[in-house]
Amino acid sequence: MNLTEAFRDADLARRMATTIATEVSPHRRYSLMEFCGGHTHTLARYGLEQLLPGNVEMIHGPGCPVCVLPGGRIAAGIALAQRPGVILCSYGDLLRVPARHGATLMRTRAAGADVRMIYSTRDALAIAQRHPDREVVFFAIGFETTTPATAVAVTEARRLGLQNFSVFCNHVLTPPAMSGILAAPGGVAVQGFIGPGHVASVIGSRPFERFAEQDGYPIVITGFEALDLLQAIRQLIRQINVGRAVLENEYRRVVSREGNEKALALIDEVFTLREDFEWRGLGRVAHSALRLRDDFACFDAEARFALTVEDVPDHKACECAAVLRGAIRPEQCKVFGTACTPDNPLGSCMVSSEGACAARYRYATRGVPRAGTEAV
Amino acid sequence: MKGRRDFFPPLDIGAGRIELGHGSGGRATAQLIEELFSAAFDNDWLRGMNDQASFEAPPGRLVLTTDSFVVSPLFFPGGDIGCLAVNGTVNDIAMAGAKPLYLSASFILEEGFPLADLHRVVQSMAVAARAAGVAIITGDTKVVERGKADGVFITTTGVGNVPDATRIDASRARPNDRIILSGTLGDHGVAVLSRRENLHFETELRSDSAPLHELVAAMLAVAPDLHCLRDPTRGGLAAVLNEWARQSDVGMIIHERAIPIRPEVAAACEFLGLDPLYLANEGKLVAVCPPQSAEDVVRAMRRHPLGRDATIIGEVRADAHRAVEMETAFGGRRLVDWLSSDPLPRIC
Amino acid sequence: MCLAVPARITELRPGGLALVDMGGVSKEISLALLDHCAVGEWVIVHVGYALRRLDAAAAEQTLQLFMEAARESD
Repeated sequence: MNLTEAFRDADLARRMATTIATEVSPHRRYSLMEFCGGHTHTLARYGLEQLLPGNVEMIHGPGCPVCVLPGGRIAAGIALAQRPGVILCSYGDLLRVPARHGATLMRTRAAGADVRMIYSTRDALAIAQRHPDREVVFFAIGFETTTPATAVAVTEARRLGLQNFSVFCNHVLTPPAMSGILAAPGGVAVQGFIGPGHVASVIGSRPFERFAEQDGYPIVITGFEALDLLQAIRQLIRQINVGRAVLENEYRRVVSREGNEKALALIDEVFTLREDFEWRGLGRVAHSALRLRDDFACFDAEARFALTVEDVPDHKACECAAVLRGAIRPEQCKVFGTACTPDNPLGSCMVSSEGACAARYRYATRGVPRAGTEAV
Repeated sequence: MKGRRDFFPPLDIGAGRIELGHGSGGRATAQLIEELFSAAFDNDWLRGMNDQASFEAPPGRLVLTTDSFVVSPLFFPGGDIGCLAVNGTVNDIAMAGAKPLYLSASFILEEGFPLADLHRVVQSMAVAARAAGVAIITGDTKVVERGKADGVFITTTGVGNVPDATRIDASRARPNDRIILSGTLGDHGVAVLSRRENLHFETELRSDSAPLHELVAAMLAVAPDLHCLRDPTRGGLAAVLNEWARQSDVGMIIHERAIPIRPEVAAACEFLGLDPLYLANEGKLVAVCPPQSAEDVVRAMRRHPLGRDATIIGEVRADAHRAVEMETAFGGRRLVDWLSSDPLPRIC
Repeated sequence: MCLAVPARITELRPGGLALVDMGGVSKEISLALLDHCAVGEWVIVHVGYALRRLDAAAAEQTLQLFMEAARESD
């Protein structure tokens, strides 16, 4: 069985969309939030929302670790890169994210800093081994899907006795972020959640059960193929129709209730919870992020370089907080597509292509105001 | 009796390196040109060791183009900076519907660059030039200090000629025209990426670098009134279509299911998080053609080795927003945005 | 977030590494997050690490679910 092709069968998709159309109640509006930026991306790149009936709306959640990283922490990363002798290693996603005054890691490299894009933390370790005379810092970002990769790198660095490797840790946690949205003033205008399939592959589906059992929201843990999303949307609609609120696992081929226990043990060995953490667009959320344990302080770039992280507030006109909660759609933000574009993002939603606003801007057809393309 | 000036050791192509002296214009430069460049490109113009080359003015209109090549790594599956430098410029001429005639080649060499690598690049250029039927008739060599160039930078300038009647231009796309693609997208982009440090992966994929002027000639033979032609290099198909939409003041719609993409390219794009519409191609072209000739053009292309997978991928339409849209494999619609910078691999 | 793709293990390498095939592209990745992987198994790969095994039986069942959903519309 070709695992990718079978999950992209266009004919199946069309027919599933038709099924969804027969199952929605014409008198209801359905607002479903996909938390994860990867799901936003799948929806956008395939134009799946256009296959859905008009009364089903997808609200794009904040599950994009680049988008929610505060400008102050990017600025701190940039400052690290500017220190003489430092090699700053980063995933590609971060390189063009602006901190203050349009500063980015990419521009910092252009100005002479040694900033290197890597695909895997293994590459960062290899760089540290090749350059024992340089300080190699890995700019770690990501939700729980990506955290294990950093944990492995840190334990490996310890095993190898590396003296020149450290991590600038910005790992964040999904369930607290989801609770944070639900708790935001004004609440959240959604009736069900498409649950993050790859986060759940690591932490299991169990941590998401509370959103159904305690908070009363149907939630479906979902894979990332088009058919996965259509199936999950159908399952949510069916739950909403009968007033049910349970967790369903659509991504059984990868997600179990307990998750990857080996990965979780590694994460626990290396990291501990921060008291709280500033999220771009969401504000301060308690127990929502990780830092290295004191045991691993020598691998913690914040300790090693005595980093100070400033508070860089978002632009006054930024309405990301409302977009992230589903209170407004991207197009309803006054600066969407004009002052705020992917090339010049004012707030988190526009920063990376999975951000709600960036996805809308980049992929959505018609009716999206586009700065500079009006015929003269 | 042999004089002092007759004894000068030959270039040590096996182990030698470029030195600042090779760019000084003196004997070392002449030797480099004679033993490396002239020997490979092998024509009377270069053997004449002049600073310029002259030729008879060909009939029709002249076409001039120039391009610099800074690709890294220098060598990748299916090609290298040398054949890119020849084919890239040949293709820019071909995209005007012109016949490529002559090239010039300037080299900026980094001090310390191995002569073996330079030899390999130059041989590759010679092979590509012969295959394309062009002569490299003049050139220049400079050497910069270690660290100031990535091994070698090459600039080629090309001259060609085109019949007066041929008017291919970015502003000529009209509603209802068909958009034709000559073959699979993204092969070159992925082949180069596979050799980038920190992204290293294995694939059978090779760069598609190739001269396209004969394919273009075959197309013009059945449809002299082709409207637009371009090879989608940096920025990919998306960049070309967006540029044409803007210059012609039209919109476009392409169909994802019609676009040929090799499975390995699709797989590499999947795990890196890249979109094949934005990847570079070095041996493909995209054309905009009046609707009545489109089928004939595709048939003519398929008879040519470089156009076997040619196909109509979409059409031009009136649109005040000048949007390029794609009908996805699932029947939805998405915008094919005009990116302002290179796409980067992502984790999200 | 979380771009993770299915990949088939084609070779086990020392140091907890493996060569995987992702639809015609081969890459060396780490198996540090899993135990006892074998050649021929499917895993999902994220940033150079295999995160989980792909359960082929579950995949098959999920496809059946899709087909049932599709049939409802016929």
